[in-house]
Amino acid sequence: MKIQDTLHETYTALSANKARSGLTILGIVIGIGSVVAMIAIGQGASGSIQSSIQSIGSNLVLVMPGQQRGAGASPVSAGRGSAMTLKQEDADAIAKEVTLAKAIAPEISRRYQVTAKGTNTNTQIVGTTSDYPIVRNLEIDTGTFISDMNVRDLARVAVIGPTTRDDLFGAGADPIGETIRIKNVQFKIIGMTKAKGGSGFTNQDDMIFVPISTAQRYLAGDTYVTTISVAAEDPNAMATIQQEITDLLLRRHNISDPKLADFQVLNQQDILATASSITNTMTMLLSAIAGISLIVGGIGIMNMMLTTVTERTREIGLRKAIGAKRRDISIQFLVEAVMLTFLGGFIGIVLGWLISLLVTSLSGIATAVSTTSILLAFGVSASIGIVFGYYPARRAAALNPIEALRYE
Amino acid sequence: MIECKNIGKTYVNGDMETHALRDVSFTINDGEFVAIMGPSGSGKSTLMHIIGCLDTPTRGEYLLDRKDVAKLSDDALADIRMQKIGFVFQAFNLLPRTSVLRNVMLPLIYAEKGEAERIEKAKEALSASAFPEKFWEHYSNQLSGGMMQRVAIARALVNDPTLILADEPTGNLDTKTGNMVLETFQRLHKEQGRTIVLITHEPDIAEHAERIIHIRDGDIVSDSKQHKQRLAVNLL
Ligand SMILES: Nc1ncnc2c1ncn2[C@@H]1O[C@H](COP(=O)(O)OP(=O)(O)O)[C@@H](O)[C@H]1O
Ligand SMILES: [Mg+2]
Repeated sequence: MKIQDTLHETYTALSANKARSGLTILGIVIGIGSVVAMIAIGQGASGSIQSSIQSIGSNLVLVMPGQQRGAGASPVSAGRGSAMTLKQEDADAIAKEVTLAKAIAPEISRRYQVTAKGTNTNTQIVGTTSDYPIVRNLEIDTGTFISDMNVRDLARVAVIGPTTRDDLFGAGADPIGETIRIKNVQFKIIGMTKAKGGSGFTNQDDMIFVPISTAQRYLAGDTYVTTISVAAEDPNAMATIQQEITDLLLRRHNISDPKLADFQVLNQQDILATASSITNTMTMLLSAIAGISLIVGGIGIMNMMLTTVTERTREIGLRKAIGAKRRDISIQFLVEAVMLTFLGGFIGIVLGWLISLLVTSLSGIATAVSTTSILLAFGVSASIGIVFGYYPARRAAALNPIEALRYE
Repeated sequence: MIECKNIGKTYVNGDMETHALRDVSFTINDGEFVAIMGPSGSGKSTLMHIIGCLDTPTRGEYLLDRKDVAKLSDDALADIRMQKIGFVFQAFNLLPRTSVLRNVMLPLIYAEKGEAERIEKAKEALSASAFPEKFWEHYSNQLSGGMMQRVAIARALVNDPTLILADEPTGNLDTKTGNMVLETFQRLHKEQGRTIVLITHEPDIAEHAERIIHIRDGDIVSDSKQHKQRLAVNLL
């Protein structure tokens, strides 16, 4: 039988049972729809996580406090990152000894309540040094950033992020020269950073920067730092810098076993890799659940096809009597199954696309239904049709024409 | 030409054996109009299935146009059916929700004939079975029994077969429409010289053929030429 005739027969058969065909492909529609949506949302989320990691700087090595361990066999562990193990002196030592580093910016950051004339907000206060803008790709919009002199003099000056400016003074206001109070200490605003766009979970536009010395003296009351950001000259130097910092800090902290280090040195590339492996795992997991729905849908198709073969036994007998070969019959039923799953796949793609549009408009995550995932969805639905249509089609082809014609 | 030599067919169901055909021998020449007559369960349909290459005998030899079909594969038998045989069944067996024209074309579709040839042959066949042109585009399930059987006859004619096999073609029809069908067979036989094998349990029907093979319990009881064929009168 020619292919256009097979398609004609398929159309006649499927449209004879519209309601049943529609219900049967529902499983495929839901399965393909959720796979397409999952992939679109997963790729969108991983894209926004990556861009937010990249936005914190380039060729960045981050030194953070690690777990602080008590002596003895069972170390008592405080939460990762919460420990206070890095000091100002560590930062100074890195600046002096790690020569490959382009710039170094230690910081101490914590959330405080901030008040201005009649308004107040709760935001991240970052005590840091003049190199911070270089290390973190930060640009100044108006005024100046904190200078080395500010740090030396314990100046009570602040550089404000645009979002914080909006919260305290209203959008468009010029904050330079205004005073704000943090923990009852007055700060004079000397500059504002350029908006980076609120990408992801750490919004760098909603921050206030002050000299690190001032933050240690008036706000924190100690000389610990929460992060030391080190920018490398080029990506190739990062591994060396990472190693040099580790060796230096182990020596300074009198730790002989690197496994017991009370700090961690993270490479920006590693953070990226970890983040994308997390989003990949999530995508895989959700897709696996959608995959189960596809299998259930496939079984539904098989069930319907088996019913159809039984119902149309006489018809199959007649077709064989007038000259249809096994191949003609099996192809006809296989094409019917594939047509059903293809249709389900098509509706599923549209559904998945609508879901990802909805997610974008509700959560702001930029989702994208890629050509690859559309091709994948079509491939998967066709395969399901072939896999689950194969057995019913074989059953139909193997029917004995006499038995089939006799069938009541 | 059909040659049956000592044909037997035994169905085995578990440990029960049914001898549907015991020892049947006969020859039907091209252009004959033969009725195979016998009571229900005598093996008529079984014999028709063997003659029509839908089934193969358990014993004996069956030659269609001097070719032994016993050892052919399913697909090779399908090819022979497609080229040489046209079936008419008691239950019509038309495809529902499919136009009359397409039903008639179906054998040509499996034979992978081109669109133009299909339509031309289907129209010829429908005219030969005296099916009125105004219903050609109707769905087969919208027709009366007599009309359905005419479509089935047209479908049997469309591949220009050497042999037309009709199993109780009037069984589901009233006398009037049954007569119309018999008249069609007689005309096809006389005008086109078709070989027709008509299977029936009714002597009245069998008398429309030129020759009657009478079978009972899987054996031939008599095989006689009729000198005076009963003529189907169109009672409508
Ligand atoms: N597939 C089968 N399995 C077992 N017995 C069968 C089968 N087909 C027909 N028979 C038996 O063979 C005998 C002849 O049947 P059939 O050729 O259909 O008779 P008829 O058409 O003359 O009524 C009957 O006894 C019937 O029960
Ligand atoms: Mg019978």
